[in-house]
Amino acid sequence: MDPLRQSPSPSSSRASSPRTLPCEMLGYVGIEAVLDQLKIKAMKMGFEFNIMVVGQSGLGKSTMVNTLFKSKMWKSTMPGLGVPTPQTLQLQSVTHVIEESGVKLKLTVTDTPGFGDQINNDKCWDPILGYINEQYEQYLQEEILITRQRHIPDTRVHCCVYFVPPTGHCLRPLDIEFLQRLCRTVNVVPVIARADSLTIEEREAFRHRIQENLKTHGIEVYPQKCFDEDINDKILNSKIRERIPFAVVGADREHIVNGRCVLGRKTKWGIIEVENMAHCEFPLLRDLLIRSHLQDLKDITHNVHYENYRIFRLNESHVLPRGPGWVNLAPAPASVPAPAGPQATPGPPKVGWWAKDNSDEEC
Amino acid sequence: MAATDIARQAGEGCRTVPLAGHVGFDSLPDQLVNQSISQGFCFNILCVGETGLGKSTLMDTLFNTKFEGEPATHTQPGVQLQSNTYDLQESNVGLKLTIVSTVGFGDQINKEDSYKPIVEFIDAQFEAYLQEELKIRRLLHNYHDSRIHACLYFIAPTGHSLKSLDLVTMKKLDSKVNIIPIIAKSDAISKSELTKFKIKITSELVSNGVQIYQFPTDDELVAEINGTMNAHLPFAVIGSTEELKIGNKMVKARQYPWGTVQVENEAHCDFVKLREMLIRVNMEDLREQTHSRHYELYRRCKLEEMGFKDTDPDSKPFSLQETYEAKRNEFLGELQKKEEEMRQMFVQRVKEKEAELKEAEKELHEKFDRLKKLHQDEKKKLEDKKKSLDDEVSAFKQRKTAAELLQSQGSQAGGSQTLKRDKEKKKQDALSRLTWYFKWKCLVLT
Repeated sequence: MDPLRQSPSPSSSRASSPRTLPCEMLGYVGIEAVLDQLKIKAMKMGFEFNIMVVGQSGLGKSTMVNTLFKSKMWKSTMPGLGVPTPQTLQLQSVTHVIEESGVKLKLTVTDTPGFGDQINNDKCWDPILGYINEQYEQYLQEEILITRQRHIPDTRVHCCVYFVPPTGHCLRPLDIEFLQRLCRTVNVVPVIARADSLTIEEREAFRHRIQENLKTHGIEVYPQKCFDEDINDKILNSKIRERIPFAVVGADREHIVNGRCVLGRKTKWGIIEVENMAHCEFPLLRDLLIRSHLQDLKDITHNVHYENYRIFRLNESHVLPRGPGWVNLAPAPASVPAPAGPQATPGPPKVGWWAKDNSDEEC
Repeated sequence: MAATDIARQAGEGCRTVPLAGHVGFDSLPDQLVNQSISQGFCFNILCVGETGLGKSTLMDTLFNTKFEGEPATHTQPGVQLQSNTYDLQESNVGLKLTIVSTVGFGDQINKEDSYKPIVEFIDAQFEAYLQEELKIRRLLHNYHDSRIHACLYFIAPTGHSLKSLDLVTMKKLDSKVNIIPIIAKSDAISKSELTKFKIKITSELVSNGVQIYQFPTDDELVAEINGTMNAHLPFAVIGSTEELKIGNKMVKARQYPWGTVQVENEAHCDFVKLREMLIRVNMEDLREQTHSRHYELYRRCKLEEMGFKDTDPDSKPFSLQETYEAKRNEFLGELQKKEEEMRQMFVQRVKEKEAELKEAEKELHEKFDRLKKLHQDEKKKLEDKKKSLDDEVSAFKQRKTAAELLQSQGSQAGGSQTLKRDKEKKKQDALSRLTWYFKWKCLVLT
C-alpha cells in the first residue's frame, strides 16, 4: 500500500499522466452517461465552422458552397457588363446559422474574389494569409485577457478549399506558391473545379500529376499524414489521400432524372448529376468536410495551427530566450531549462509541424 | 501591396437559412463524442471529512469496485492529502478517476490550520494548469487535468448541527471547488431526526454564506430532476461493499441485529440520488463549472496579483505582452546589477588575496637570505679549518722527511745508535702522536 505521500507539487506536473492503476468494476456504474451529457451540452451551445474558398473567378466557388450546404449562401456572381474587375483582392465573409435535427451550426464562408485575376499576381496570397493570421490574433487576444469570456467566439478559418482550374496538365506556379505558403497555416483541401470538362481518364492522369507535384514541393494538404493518431485513422485517411484532389462539379439547379429530382448541370449531351459518384466526386468532398471530419478540422486548427501561431507571436516579442526573466508564477518550475545567460538569439520564426511531431513522439 | 478589405455583409449578419435537403452535419455531436472517447475523460473527486466517516467505503460503493487502501489511524500529526488515480473502463468509455482523500482531518487537538493543506492542494492544481496554459509551447490537449471537479464534504451524523470546523472549512473551499455536502453514516440517524438535521444544516450554510454546488436547472431535459435533487441536499448516504441476499437478489447492505439497511434502496438512504447526480447526470457540468468558474476566478486573481491588468487607468488596453516585457526588462536589470556587484566583490577579494601573497613572498625571501648567509659563514669556517689542517699536514711531512734523513745519517754513523734509537723512539712517539693528532683533526673536520 502506498505510504502516505504528499500531494503532487505543481512544478512536477507536466503533460504526462500520473501513475494509474487499472480497476475492474463489478457492476454498472453509469459512467457512459457522460457521453449523453456531452451531447446535450454541445447541442445547446451549437457549433461553429469557418470555411474559406480560394480560386480564380469563374471556377464555381459560390456555386460549390451553395451545393455543399444546400442553401443559397451566395448569389452566384456573374460578371456584369458594367462591373469593373476588382483591382485588389477583397475578402468577403458571410455568416449563416443552419439547423438540422436540432443541431445548430453557425457557418461562416469567406470568399476571395479577385484572387489570381490580375496580370501580376505576385504576392496575391498575402491578403489571405493576413486575414487568417488576423483571426488567430483575435482569438489570442481574447485568450490572454484577464477576465475572459466563457466561450470565446471562434472566427479562425478551419478549412480552406482551393480550386484548381481543370487544365489537365499539372499545377501552375501560382497554385504551387499559394499552396506552399498556406498549408503551414491552415488546413487546405485542393479540389479540381469544373471537372465536367475532363473525361474520367484525363481526371485520373491530372490527379496523379497533381499528387506528384504536391509531393515534390513538400505540400501537406489535409488530411495530413503526420497527424494520424492510430491505425484506424491511418487507414481511413490514406484512402482519402489517394483520392485528393477531388474532381467536383457544383450545381444548384434541380432536374428530373429517371423520375428522381437531382441536383445537376444540364447540357446538350446529358445531365451531370452532382451526387452521383460515377459522375463526379462531390459526395466525397461533402463527406470529408461535413459528415466525418468537421470536428477533426476544427481540432487540428485549434491544437496545431493556432498553437504554432501563438508560439510564433509570443516568441517574437521577446528577443531574449525564455529564461529566468519569464514570468515566474511559481518558485523555480522544474521544466524550465537553466539559461546560459542573456544572449541575443531570436526565437524561431515559424515552428511548423515540429510542435505536434514532438508531442507525438513523446506520447 | 494590395490592401485587404474584409467586408462582412452587415445586413445579413447571422440569419437563419433554410436547408433544401439533408446536408449531414447532424452527425456533429457524434463526431465530437468520438473525439472525446478517443481522448478519454478524467474526473477528480476530493473527499473531505473526519477519519472514520466512511470516505473510502463510499468511493468503493459509488464506483462498484474495491480501491486499494488501508484505513488511517487517528494519530496523524497534521492533515495530509492522499491522491490515487485509477483507470476505469465501461463499454467504450475510459475514465481516469482521481480520488483525493484527507487523512487526519479533525484528529488534531488544535484544528485551526486543518483547512490549509486542502486549500493549498486545490490551488496547486489550478497553478499547474495555469502554468501549462501560459507556456509558450504547451500541450493542453494532452494535459492530464488534475483540478478537483467535485468536493464531497462528509458531515458527521451528530443529528444536531454542523461543527464549527465544518463551517470554517466549507467557507474557505466554496469559492474554489464545487462542494457537495453529504451526511455520512446516516444509518445512525432516524428518519425524523434526519429531516430536522437537513433543515438545520441548510439554514446554517445559508446564514454563513457558504455557496454549495447547485445542480443546474437551465436545460429542460434535466431541469426537473435537478430541481428536485437540489431540495434533497445534503444527501444522507450509507456506504457498504458487503453483499447480502435479500429476497432473491444480492444487494449491497449492512446487517444489524434489528434489521438490514440496503444501500440502493431509496427509502433507506440517498445513495442512489448521489450516484445519479454525481455521475450519471452532472459529471460534465461539474467539470465545466470547475473550468469556467473556479479556475477562471483563480486565474484572474493570480494574474492581477502579479500586476497584470486588462486596461490601465487611462482605459487603454494593456497588452499582456507589454507587461511581460516591462517585467522582464526590470528583472533583467536587477540581474545585471547583481552581476556587477558580484564582479566588484570578486575583484576586491582577488586584490586582498594578492596582497597577502606578496607579504608571504617577502617573508620567504628574507628567510632564504638569512639561511644563505648562515650557510656561507659555516662554509668559510670549514675552509679555514681545512687550510690549517693542510698546513699542519705539510709541516708534519716536512718534519717526517727531516727525521728520516736524520735516521739514515744516524744508521751510517752507528755510534750513537742507542741515542739514535732513543731519538728514533722519541721521533716515533712524536710521529704516532702526530698521526693521532692528525686523525683526530680529520675526524673533527668531517
